[in-house]
Amino acid sequence: MVVSLTKSAIRSNAPTGELPPQPHQLRQRPSRVLPGFRLALFCTGFYLAILVLVPLLAVALKSLTLPVDGWWRLLTDARVLSALKVSFGTALVAALANVVVGTLLAWVLVRYRLPGHRFWDAMIDLPFALPTAVAGIALTAVYAGDGLIGSQLQKIGVDVVYTPAGIVIALLFIGLPFVVRTVQPVLAEIDASVEEAATSLGANRWQIFSRIVLPAIRPALLTGFALAFARGVGEYGSVIFIAGNVPKVSEIAPLLIYIKLEQYDYAGATALAVLMLAISFLLLLLINQQQRRLNRFQRR
Amino acid sequence: MSVIRKPSQLLQEPWWIRWPLIVLATTLFFGILVAPLLSIFIEAFGRGWDLYLAAVIEADARSAILLTLITALIAVPLNTVFGLFAAWAITKFDFRGKDLLLTLIDLPFSVSPVVAGLMFVLLFGAQGWFGSWLQANDVQIIFALPGIVLATVFITLPYVVRELVPLMQAQGRDEEEAAMTLGASGWQLFRKVTLPNIKWALISGIILCNARAMGEFGAVSVVSGHIRGETNTLPLHVEILHNEYQFAASFACASLLTVLALLTLFITTLVEQRRQQTEPREPSPDLN
Repeated sequence: MVVSLTKSAIRSNAPTGELPPQPHQLRQRPSRVLPGFRLALFCTGFYLAILVLVPLLAVALKSLTLPVDGWWRLLTDARVLSALKVSFGTALVAALANVVVGTLLAWVLVRYRLPGHRFWDAMIDLPFALPTAVAGIALTAVYAGDGLIGSQLQKIGVDVVYTPAGIVIALLFIGLPFVVRTVQPVLAEIDASVEEAATSLGANRWQIFSRIVLPAIRPALLTGFALAFARGVGEYGSVIFIAGNVPKVSEIAPLLIYIKLEQYDYAGATALAVLMLAISFLLLLLINQQQRRLNRFQRR
Repeated sequence: MSVIRKPSQLLQEPWWIRWPLIVLATTLFFGILVAPLLSIFIEAFGRGWDLYLAAVIEADARSAILLTLITALIAVPLNTVFGLFAAWAITKFDFRGKDLLLTLIDLPFSVSPVVAGLMFVLLFGAQGWFGSWLQANDVQIIFALPGIVLATVFITLPYVVRELVPLMQAQGRDEEEAAMTLGASGWQLFRKVTLPNIKWALISGIILCNARAMGEFGAVSVVSGHIRGETNTLPLHVEILHNEYQFAASFACASLLTVLALLTLFITTLVEQRRQQTEPREPSPDLN
């Protein structure tokens, strides 16, 4: 299922490529017995160099050509600042909401056997498979004033479409499988005997959740949060339809990059892109550190 | 995923907690996932079959479908071959810089699609690094098929590798090494030992890669130039129709992509079931 992609993506996301030591690495043995090492490595390296390294280099070099006052103008431009605030703010809110919603859905999927379990479970991956533009127009249709859910929300005076709240809805959709798919396997592997022991010692269900389940899934929650957040910051297709793209209100940073490109402001677009990458990178570094601290704490 | 446990009665929440949780989860599930999915088909068929059919077989839509198919037909095989080479190098050999390689492979997952498009505009656009050379030699990359393919290849690069690496890592090298001692050639080794072992993972990787390739929007949007009937892929066509308030037609085209997504989910679910029967479980901390 699509899970395996996420599972592996997740595994790779929490320190990249740190795989458990394999038995063959412990034994003394020449490491290149099998054929094709040079060919495979050369092809891999060549492909990555052309498709990933050179384009990245182009962005880095281009951002260097922007003069200092250009950077200053960018950093003090109200529209740019607001776009960054909207992008990171909505991604943060949506990722936090996804932690709650995702945990709830994972819990119901793992613990309660409901009719149509297979269907539910497969549907969780829909956001991975559905093209973002399609998700965008569909969410807009549902949450618009005359839509299925939007009309109900309007009755209680809530407007979602064409506001930052709409962006959060789109990012909720996009990020949901990241959290569910990280939490679900951990939740399933919690040893029933631990909970039985706690119950026999008189703990109630809430105490068991907060003292046993929550600590166990906390690292997974953090990973899911980080993945959903990182995806949300850069998300474009599903957001631009529901956001309405009002400058300084509901305009996201990727859209501003797009607009700058359309105006042939390559330097400005690149600078904004580099700024976005730098902020995301710093935040993910922070989350990784937190993750490591959490892991250390748990091992003790 | 079949990770359902048999809940012993003791470990169930009382009904007055369980039922509200289930109702809340169902509501959210409906609001976030099911309602948008249904709305696509409701909007697509809302104006009747005739309009639906007309929107799907209209000339611009046809050329968008064709372009999407061509793009996927180039991008997916490229990334499949790359995925096999990369997974082979990463899992069958030890070398320095492996972590760096894995980071580079993962990078397209974490770069905004718009930024991905921007990178290729900086390289091949009119003002880009190779811009003047390309113009002098009359080669068009940006606002043409090559640019669309490049952006798509970049975005879908990690999918196949990321499916293969964990599995091949878990399988180790013993079988291949045994085949070597029995005198198998490199190609025989791959075809008769490795390929059967990774078959299902490879299939789901290819299917996921294909779904993303056909559905990619942001990166392609930057490099395509939106030339109707020429450089519009199906997702871009959906956007243009939507922006022109031709909602029924837009959703009609979107429904094609939705069927693709549902097919993708269906096949990957089937493949996952197969994998659980045939593949060794990945090593996981004690499962008692």
